[in-house]
Parts: sequence; structure tokens; C-alpha cells
Amino acid sequence: MSVRLDDTTASAVENAISAERFRQGSSAVGRVLTLVIIADEATQADAVRSAAEAAREHPCRILTAIPRPGKGPARLDAEITVGGVDGLGELAELRLRGPLSHHAASVVLPLLVPDAPVVVWWPGTAPDDVAADPVGRLAQRRITDASEAARPVRALGLRRSSYAAGDTDLAWTRITPWRALIASALDQPFERITGASVSAQRSNPSGLLLASWLQKCLGVHVEVHNSRGPGITGVTVRTEGGDISITRPDGRIARMVRPGFPDREAALQRRTVEGLIAEELRRLDPDDVYGETLAALPELAAWQAHTDQHAPAPTASPAKAAPSRKTAAAKPARTAGTAKAPRRATTTAAASSRRGGRS
Amino acid sequence: MRTRVAPSPNPLRDPRDRRLPRIAGPCSLVIFGVTGDLARKKLMPAVYDLANRGLLPPGFALVGFARRDWVDQDFAQIVHDSVRDHARTEFREDVWQELCKGIRFVAGDFSDEGAFDQLSQVVLDLDRVRGTKGNHAFYLSIPPKFFGDVVQQLKRSGLSVSNDGAWRRVVIEKPFGHDLRSARELNATIDEVFPSGTVFRIDHYLGKETVQNLLALRFANTMFEPIWNSNYVDHVQITMAEDIGIGGRAGYYDGIGAARDVIQNHLLQLLALTAMEEPLSFAANDVRVEKEKVLTALTLPQDLDKHTSRGQYAAGWQGGVQVPGYLEEEGISPESTTETFAAVRLGVDTRRWSGVPFYLRTGKRLGRRVTELAIIFKRAPHLPFSATDTEELGQNSIVIRIQPDEGITMRFGSKVPGTQMEVRDVNMDFAYGDSFTESSPEAYERLILDVLLGDPPLFPRHEEVELGWKILDPVLEHWARQGQPEPYESGTWGPTSSHEMMARDGRAWRRP
Repeated sequence: MSVRLDDTTASAVENAISAERFRQGSSAVGRVLTLVIIADEATQADAVRSAAEAAREHPCRILTAIPRPGKGPARLDAEITVGGVDGLGELAELRLRGPLSHHAASVVLPLLVPDAPVVVWWPGTAPDDVAADPVGRLAQRRITDASEAARPVRALGLRRSSYAAGDTDLAWTRITPWRALIASALDQPFERITGASVSAQRSNPSGLLLASWLQKCLGVHVEVHNSRGPGITGVTVRTEGGDISITRPDGRIARMVRPGFPDREAALQRRTVEGLIAEELRRLDPDDVYGETLAALPELAAWQAHTDQHAPAPTASPAKAAPSRKTAAAKPARTAGTAKAPRRATTTAAASSRRGGRS
Repeated sequence: MRTRVAPSPNPLRDPRDRRLPRIAGPCSLVIFGVTGDLARKKLMPAVYDLANRGLLPPGFALVGFARRDWVDQDFAQIVHDSVRDHARTEFREDVWQELCKGIRFVAGDFSDEGAFDQLSQVVLDLDRVRGTKGNHAFYLSIPPKFFGDVVQQLKRSGLSVSNDGAWRRVVIEKPFGHDLRSARELNATIDEVFPSGTVFRIDHYLGKETVQNLLALRFANTMFEPIWNSNYVDHVQITMAEDIGIGGRAGYYDGIGAARDVIQNHLLQLLALTAMEEPLSFAANDVRVEKEKVLTALTLPQDLDKHTSRGQYAAGWQGGVQVPGYLEEEGISPESTTETFAAVRLGVDTRRWSGVPFYLRTGKRLGRRVTELAIIFKRAPHLPFSATDTEELGQNSIVIRIQPDEGITMRFGSKVPGTQMEVRDVNMDFAYGDSFTESSPEAYERLILDVLLGDPPLFPRHEEVELGWKILDPVLEHWARQGQPEPYESGTWGPTSSHEMMARDGRAWRRP
């Protein structure tokens, strides 16, 4: 059952949700978290559908904030859906018009489920520093998706330079099945590891994360090879007893080859966004392993090659040339995105001041 | 160069990395009795669900063994159909195709040497073709009277032993005997072939999320444990009620009865988890030690006539359908004295529970299907209200619903709105399905994976089984001298004697 509220306020939205809940004879106590989606009109529909699907597993209140910057006056339009066809939680679509588009947090804050954790997800472009973003600051968990950025590797660089505990990226979530399969291969006895390689589509952020993770854990040099995809197509761990390799040329079936075993296959499907979000919502504590993997990226030869190739002159964006950052080389053109998305102006200002404070 | 390195810790495993699931190592699962209900409705779908969730190793193999004139493809078709009808997760062709490549079938009798030699060959073959590395689990989804034959055959054909650090495990389902003596015999039969660490006894209740949540509720929170004792608890009721009759299970059920079928295993396990002290850790051994302490401390009432009850369902109307009585069921002798309802009062002789009775009841064709555990608290020692104000106030309680509609209800008094002071009971409800996934794994998924991983916390040890019989045997012997159980009309909450048994103690059964 949907209710439209035009030119409204956050408290009116809250009242409408409670009234609708009460009318349906249920209470909101079961909501275990609030999921805030910050999206534009182009991405919001898909994102909400994925989130609603994931909400089957994690009943939650879903708040979709859609900033609509423009000349008009500040105005909040909301559409709420409570207990849809299959009783899925609560959805509120919040259109933030005019100057309000820069103040999403003021609308979101009063609508958070009391005490329950808050997760923010940017399905498209994310602010440069999500932990410093006013909405991001409300959250325990901040989900970005480097793969959806116009320049994925650059986006990954931004995630790395601004990482804070609680950040996570779907490019990392996507490789869980790969990591699980490789880890299970090393549950069996193996001989000394001498090297490893990852083959992935060019500029695939997941491929880089997988390589960085392997390099960090195995303590050997990990190469990244470009392949035609889709996504990651293979991983090889070289040992003194022969290569352990997993290949997945078609994005569906993985073949595992290792000495002493017959060749074996396993379904290793590329996952849908619903599945990724469901995995993200399963654990809400900081993902330290992800943080370390990000931090280790610059040690990856492939990363260095990539950033050397793409790094523009550090003076490209004078407004944001945070001079004291040690890692400046690893985050090329960190600010180019802000020029493209003017509505994030306040966001990035806050971000840069916090960065200054931290470095 | 070819020196094998001792199994070193896996550099990719990090306890902080909670995303990585535990995936079973190379292995196969051999199921005896694949034509049975349990195998078709639970085991094979659970295997598929595990595969679909990526928790089975590449090259996993599933072997069926039954007295059917089938080849591998016929069995694969059976598995396919059972997966299609009963799997929890969506059907994916890729996953199925991979699983299908490892499906084998061996036709034969449980005493047929040739068939077991063939099975031995199939298993060796799997090691070669699928890389199962000699790791095989044997799931005996068959009546216990065949356990002896099967384990002896497994021994004879060399299937029960492995080398090179590979494992063999055997999985058995209840009933684990029908009294203490037979349980010991059964145990001896299996022990002779499989060492105790490799025997997995399945009590599927222990794989249920809500049962595991009982431990979280008690030991992860501060607000329940302080009142979880005889100072505050008046009594505990554990109920497992079914609305169905024995259906097609006459052969299994007659002569066994409700107490052996349910109380001896499920209800005593629930009681142990409710009453046990905090274990040192959740390691298998620590939890078992605590459970065994509770089971050892159980006491029976002096007068079994007054504090136990048994019944047998008679014809009646159940939920709008006319149903026959137990003695009229197909395959049941009209003189059968098997009980379909059983209730007992037990005590736990510990400081924590002294004087707190635990009432256990189970039955078929009762009011509705429900399994729950209710902690009923004492009344407040003093009520600063007049008697008429609190006329409608009952006892506080915490009810843990195991199935269906998993969750927790708390009942306490609340003022009725109005100018008068009037206190009445209200419910506060936590429903699992509201807060967490409705698609939480089936108990069997968890248990099968634990068998393949060799992780035993959720499996009762034979000591627990024997302690269960020790407590139940005197009741069963007493009942055996009583002749016919008391009939109760189908669709009601059991025989009059069960209500009288509570009334004698000044209490009453909850209506679940």
C-alpha cells in the first residue's frame, strides 16, 4: 500500500509510516536495521528493487534519498510503501528538491529505526570520502560500488585513500565466492607457494582487490593479467608442487586444476546485486580484511602500473590539492568527480576538512 | 622437491574474515535408504542447497544405496525430483549439472556382500575420478534393525577404514535404541566398527536455529540469566505437539510410542539446553559436559501414576476433518497399547533448579502443531494492589517457540487503560521471521555440513543417549504394566490424566 506525501516533512513521513503500519496491524519492532540508499533517478529503481529483495533476508526500513538539485525552492516529496505484496518492511522514497538536495541527512536522521544499525548504500556515484559524508556519518556501514563508477580503478583509489572502519565496496563483496574457493583449495595440504596470478577484465576493481588480498595473505608477488572477462576469469597459485589453478572463462562454471587431483568443476556464478547486498547486511561490524586489502593495493605491481599510467598532474585540481597526504600518488584525480557532480559540493567540503584533520 | 609439507595453517584463513564460509574438503556422502521419506524430503534437498550455497567442495559425490533396480541416471532423476520439490533455494541448472556429475547408485540389500563390494569399488572410483581423496560419510537413513548389517558390511568390505589421513564417518538417526539395554547394544555394534569420534547421531532439533538461539538468549544477554533459577522460576513446560496422526508410519511407530519417539531425544535435549549451566566455551566438548551434568541430575517423581500421563488418540474431529482413532489406523493392531501422548514431570537436582518441576509433553493429533518451551515465573511476592485489581493477572512467562513461527513471547501484566487500576496479561513478541531471514538454513543443511567438516557440537554423544534412557526406562516399564493407554479425542490437548497431573501440583498446561 503506497502513500504519497507532497511538500512534506520528515515527521509527517514518520507518522504516515506508523499509521500505515498500525492500520495493517503490525508493529515495527522486528526491523533490524535502516538501509539508506542515496541514488539518482536513473539508478534508484534498480537499487530499491535489489534492496527490497535483500530485505527478505534482513527486514529493514529502506529510505531512498533522491537528491534533485535545481533552482526551485527546497521541498521534500515522499512516497511510502509499508508491507508490500509480500509483507516486506517499509520503503520510503524521498525526493529532495532544490537546496534541500544538499541536506539529505536532515531528512534521514529522524526516520532511522531507533537503536538499530544504519547502513548507507550509494549504488552509483559515491562521495569521495563516504565516512565524512553527512549521511555516511550516521551509518555503521557504508556501501559503495567502485565497479559502477565511470572510472572504476580511480574510484577504488578514492575508497583506499579515504577508508574508515565500516566502509565496504561491492567490488569486494563480489569476490567472496572466489576467495572462498581459493581458501578451500588451500585447506588441503600444499607445498611452498612461490607466486600467484589473477586474470580479469581490464580495469576490473574486483580483480585488483583479489590480487591485493592474495599478495597480502600469501606474501608472494601476485601478477594481474588482462583477460576478456567477464569479470575475473582465473586465479593461479604457483607452488613447488605445481600450479593450483581455477579458471572461469564463461562467468558460470569454475574448473579447478591441481596436482594430485582430477580436474574438478564447480558452479561459480556471477552474483546479482540483491545477493551482494544481502551478504553486506549479514555482518555490520567493520570489515578489517577489506581495509587491509585496500591499504595493500599500492604494493601491487599492477596497481602501480595503472596509477602511473593514469595519474594526472597533481595540480589538475587546485582546490583539492591536499598537500600533506602521503599517498597522493595512489589516488589520482581524487577530485575530478566533484566537478561532475556539483550537488556533492557540501559533502566534499566536509570531507576535505576532515581529511586535513586526520593527516 | 616433492616433499609434502605438513598441513600448514591456511594463509588465506583469518578469523576476522567472516565472509568466508567453511567449505567441506573433498568428500562424498553415501546415503543408505534413499527411497525413504527423510532422504527424499530432507537429505537430498539439503545436499543441493549446500551445493547451491557453494559450501560443498568441487568434485563432491553423492552415492545412493537401496534395493532398487536402478542405474546412476535413475537415481539422479530421483534426486532431481526431490530437489525440485523440496529444496529451499532456487533451482539452478549449473549447480545441478555439477552435482549430477558426482551422483552414483548402488543397488542391493543391506546384507548383500556383492553390493557392498560394488560400493567399495564405486567409492574408490570416486577418489580417482572426482578427487574425493578417500573421505566418505555414510548416512544410515534406515530402520535401526539394519544398522548392524550395514556397519558389518562396511567393515567387511573395508569401507569403514581409510588411510593417508582420510576420514570415514557414519551418521545415524534416532531412535537410538528402545531402552537402555538396546541403546548400549546398538552403540556396541557401531563402536566396534567406527570409533566414537566418527559417529554422528542426528537429532535434527539441535540443528534448528531457534534451538541454537536458546544458547544465545541465555548466555549472550544479561537480562535473562539472573532470573533463570528456582528463585524466580515456578516451573518449565516443554511441549512438542503434532496435529497429524501416524500417517504411513505404522510400522515404525507401533511399539515405539510417543515417549521413545520424542521425549527420550528431542525433549530431553531441549530440557538440557534450558537447564544447563554456562559452558566454558561453545566447543563441542564443553557443551556436552554441561548437558550431561543436567541429564545426570534428572529425577523422576516417586509416584509415577500421579505425575506421568499417557494416552492414545481416539476418533474425532481435527481442524474440521473427521479422523480415525489410533486403533483404527491401517497397520495397527486393535489391541495396541502404544501411547501417542506422553507427559512426565521431571526434577533437576541442582542448586539452580531445586524444587522447579519440568513438565514434558508430546503427542499426536493434538490441537495444533507446535513445539515450544515455556518458562513460567513465580508470582510477585507482594502485590500492592487490591485482589480485584489483579484478578486477571497470571504468571509472567517467557515462551520460546521452536516451530512454527519461531520466536520468543514474553507475557507480563499491564494496566488496562481507564480510571480504575486493573492489571491484565499482555504479550510482547519477537518473531524470528520479522527480524531475520525467512530462508534460514534447514536444520539438515547445517548438520550435513557439520558432518562433512567433522564439527560435532550439535550431535548428541552416546552418553547423552544412555542418560536419556536411564531416566525414561522406569516410566516405560511402569506404563507397560498399565494395559491400555487412556484414550483422548483427536484434536484436543490430550487425555484427562495429563490435566489432572498438572492440577495436582496446582498448575495447568499452557494452551500453546
